[in-house]
Amino acid sequence: MTHVLVVGAGMAGARLAAEIARRDAAGRIDLTVVGSEPHPPYNRVQLTELLAGRTTWAGIALEGPAWFAERGYALRLGTPVRAIDRAARRVLLGDGDTLPYDVLVLATGAEPVMPLPGPLPAGVFTFRTLDDCHAIAATAARAREAVVVGGGLLGLETARGLARLGARVTVVHAAPRLMERHLDDGAARILRRIYAGQGIEVELNATVAAVSGGDRVEKLVLSDGRTLPADLVVVSCGVRPRTGLAAACGLRVERGVVVDDDLRTSDPRIHAIGDCAQHRGVAAGLLDPAWEQARLLATRLTDPGAADRYTGVRSVTRLKAPGIDLVAMGESGTEPSWDDDGPEVVVFRDGGRGVYKKLVLRDERLVGALLLGDDSTAGVVAQFFDRGDRVPSDPAALLFAGWGGAAPAARDAVVCRCNGVTREAVARACTAGARDLAAVSAATRCGTGCGTCRADVERLIAELARTSVTAG
Amino acid sequence: MTAVPTHCPYCALQCAMWLHPDDGVAVEPRDFPTNRGGLCQKGWAAAELLDPGVRLATPLMRDRRDAPLRPVTWDAALDRIAAEVRRIRDAHGPDAVAVFGGGGLTNEKAYLLGKFARVALGTANIDYNGRFCMSSAAAAAGRAFGIDRGLPFPLTDVGTAGTVMLVGANPAETMPPLAGHLPRPGDGRALVVADPRSTPTARAATVHLQPAPGTDLALAYGLLHLVIARGLADHAYIAARTTGFEEARRVAAGYWPARVERITGVPASALETAVELLAAGRSRGGTVVLTGRGAEQHSKGTDTVHAFINLALALGLPGRPGCGFGSLTGQGNGQGGREHGQKADQLPGYRRIDDPGARRHVARVWGVDEADLPGPGLPARELLNALGTPGGPRALLVFGSNPVVSAPDAGRVQRRLAALDFLAVTDLVRSETAEHADVVLPAAQWAEEDGTMTNLEGRVLLRRRAVDPPPGVRTDLEIVSALARRLGHRDGFPADPAEVFAELRRASAGGVADYSGVRPDRLAAGEPVYWPCPAGGPPEGTPRLFADRFRTPDGRARFVAAEHRPAAEETDETFPCHLTTGRILAQYQSGAQTRRSPTLREAAPEPYVEMHPLLAERLGCADGDPVRVVSRRGTARAPARLTERIRLDTVFMPFHWAGEQRANLVTNSAPDPVSGMPEFKVCAVRLERDRP
Repeated sequence: MTHVLVVGAGMAGARLAAEIARRDAAGRIDLTVVGSEPHPPYNRVQLTELLAGRTTWAGIALEGPAWFAERGYALRLGTPVRAIDRAARRVLLGDGDTLPYDVLVLATGAEPVMPLPGPLPAGVFTFRTLDDCHAIAATAARAREAVVVGGGLLGLETARGLARLGARVTVVHAAPRLMERHLDDGAARILRRIYAGQGIEVELNATVAAVSGGDRVEKLVLSDGRTLPADLVVVSCGVRPRTGLAAACGLRVERGVVVDDDLRTSDPRIHAIGDCAQHRGVAAGLLDPAWEQARLLATRLTDPGAADRYTGVRSVTRLKAPGIDLVAMGESGTEPSWDDDGPEVVVFRDGGRGVYKKLVLRDERLVGALLLGDDSTAGVVAQFFDRGDRVPSDPAALLFAGWGGAAPAARDAVVCRCNGVTREAVARACTAGARDLAAVSAATRCGTGCGTCRADVERLIAELARTSVTAG
Repeated sequence: MTAVPTHCPYCALQCAMWLHPDDGVAVEPRDFPTNRGGLCQKGWAAAELLDPGVRLATPLMRDRRDAPLRPVTWDAALDRIAAEVRRIRDAHGPDAVAVFGGGGLTNEKAYLLGKFARVALGTANIDYNGRFCMSSAAAAAGRAFGIDRGLPFPLTDVGTAGTVMLVGANPAETMPPLAGHLPRPGDGRALVVADPRSTPTARAATVHLQPAPGTDLALAYGLLHLVIARGLADHAYIAARTTGFEEARRVAAGYWPARVERITGVPASALETAVELLAAGRSRGGTVVLTGRGAEQHSKGTDTVHAFINLALALGLPGRPGCGFGSLTGQGNGQGGREHGQKADQLPGYRRIDDPGARRHVARVWGVDEADLPGPGLPARELLNALGTPGGPRALLVFGSNPVVSAPDAGRVQRRLAALDFLAVTDLVRSETAEHADVVLPAAQWAEEDGTMTNLEGRVLLRRRAVDPPPGVRTDLEIVSALARRLGHRDGFPADPAEVFAELRRASAGGVADYSGVRPDRLAAGEPVYWPCPAGGPPEGTPRLFADRFRTPDGRARFVAAEHRPAAEETDETFPCHLTTGRILAQYQSGAQTRRSPTLREAAPEPYVEMHPLLAERLGCADGDPVRVVSRRGTARAPARLTERIRLDTVFMPFHWAGEQRANLVTNSAPDPVSGMPEFKVCAVRLERDRP
């Protein structure tokens, strides 16, 4: 029996538990998951949907206490970890307990960055946890003027959610364009226009100099001196890996807890996965790597002979908000250029309809894409990106659903598919004297299958009758 | 002779027709609730196969493996089979003789064949090609509902539903008259179709979800996620009528639209639209969810069917008037053929062969000691793979199936057949499998014999003899009866279908598929009879199941949850395309019959490789150019057919042709762990230009 102790009951920790459960039918692993939040694991990615009232707890709850209990696993919630004693191979909990481990997994996640100068009045929130979500929603119910600080993905989703709850929303963004890590200038302009159309103002190149208010926030003062009234402020300025425990026990920490391709930290008995981990210099802070790491680590823990190693995964960014379709992946911000050495950039822009699509190609492979305002090919584009397949010879097929290239015209004008009756056969029957559907059917069997073509055939017969009269 | 009312010999829709024996056996469509007076090209052309010129007319035998098949007398052929069976059984034990049946056989034939295997041969090894057809749907329905009837309601319910969802089914080409029941543009109803190809069925849809092959499971959970998230689940129904929701809900929580879009390639917005339509249909005449082989013929087919059942249960559909979940049965008697004992793990009446009570009952009806009944045998794929291997079967008797064309990884099947000591094939035509046989027996067919069929709704139908078989041709029942007699069983194997049906009714009594109350006079009068139909119950049996309870022990339907996982074989640099396979309108199954029909041969003379024009451009080939489809298992050849109606990363081949044109030379036999269903519907291939 191997005692695996997971610190963190977020999406990475819970996924690891689920992946172990799927693989450890023999029950060789004794699993304990410790989480600091009081809630059972939930789908953090969907919190903005929860805020917007587009999902419920039932839609986001992951492996809960009953799930753990049924499998004989332990789940300790509302329990921060105070320290790791690597020499004794045990963990000291906030409530004074200690837990031994054979294998320790850090899945401590990330914490939001708070750039606003404190102390802060009530009504100013970061948005990372379910409790944050509930607090924001409760305040939003009374709020008239909401400001979201940060025009990245989370900030924009939050702004849309708050607007749905009835507040007037302004987004304050420090960069010259929205989602500057994902969007190029054209897409960012269209996205801003879409937000304006939904009543959400965007202030670019704007930073917050001060937050003013008594007990509760009243307004924000921007660096250029302007003020924005605000009775709700959500700060969405990115996250940083939560590495305090790892650093305190002497593990190698840079931006995140450094792990190798086996997801091991500098102590081989300790692994790190998810937002807290840094692999090959990347602390991704995204879900795709976290779940892939959970899958791989579960494989390694249940099958020591497994050869799989973590080599990184590609991520796709999807803005979730009603009426807004935005998908970005890879080098999505690359601007078109005529540089021979640069990537080929294919762009379609329709500002009037709010549609912007872009593919970034290198050696016939998709290395980046941006789809805004029309998601009809989003899934297919993501699959080409994920698999690294060669793109179609005409990449327009990845921009427009149903793009046929050189597809031949319908090979014959079949009017009745069930019986393979062509237009020409119906014409022959009419020439031979058939005047109505019954007669044409008797001659050709047309319309004698599913019957859905009968109206078309009647129209065709009438048309043929007209033309023959004219001809006669 | 006056016109004879009967049913089409092909698919499970079993369209009603009149046969006019005095008029060169003319076919005329007959009004019936399922086909509503319609017939497709196959039905119209059905009588062409009665022509003695295209079929077997006499038994054939080869004296040695390398000798040609030559005509022989019936006595010589039957004596040879009996002698080989006895010799191999004495040397290697009863399980060394195996039987392979078919989903086109009547209920009587399926029943008698199962009894023949267990009693006359004493072998555990009998299975049939339905394993390649309905087994995933059957396994899932059995677990979820406690009973496996393809449609647990009459097909006409589909015709009144406000929303119909089809997953991996293309009835506009595979059972055309059924398409008349589907919503169509402008009639105020909605059709949701999930299919990697833009089939004629999909093109008539309100919304077409076009997932990558092998990702239907994730698609189902994406839809379930949205049903739950948007508050569209029927929680009162879930609480009152189901178990296991929490586990399905938990899994679904991990399938939010953006993730599912990436796995499946289906846009998130299309998922939203589909869920709205599914939910809205409930108050507009009903919502019906139907799966087909496209969703089921996968190494995760059972889990996929469960996932769509989970979706239907969360919406509160099964058992609610006008609503429900079903699976569209493929073969003519794909439903009845799986109920009466030609499955490796079953006894008549859809009983489990490892259930002591079932064994006791059937042994009593058969007049044998229950201890002498064999246990479960090998399912089809394992059975075929074991042929001629050490410890595996050394003789095989095939009835109404053509596995050389229809089984996955067909090259391997062909090698296994060659390794047998003895192969006998009974069929109406000289099929590709018959070409490998030591003895070939010519069988009568649909219009030449009486029998019952059970259609896709679980309705029992009477097939009638309209003409005599050609001289020298015998019915399957006569053949089984004669073989049994040669193996020492003078009684118990009647050749008269009415007698066999009477015994089938007794054997099925008390089973899941209870036919004991099916009255032949009702069938003869064309009155509806749906199983289960226990003696003493309503004479029409059970048209609609689940109104009050499911057939599980606790009366509740079961959610069964599973995570999505990749196909058994994913694409890579060497094999960069998905191949998916299927049927076309003018051909049927292995094509052994339809390729011999002049009308159908003219309508669909050869296979093709359907591909996107941009894929063809990369390959440097034009419409009609010959191409090779190459997988790790083999190569199939056919001309390219260019259409923008298929995904850029997927090619399609119909599987009705033989020789080098066999799609199944390429397909993957990786099995579903529950049902044994092979992964026909997705494998990794590369395309090559072929010499013209």
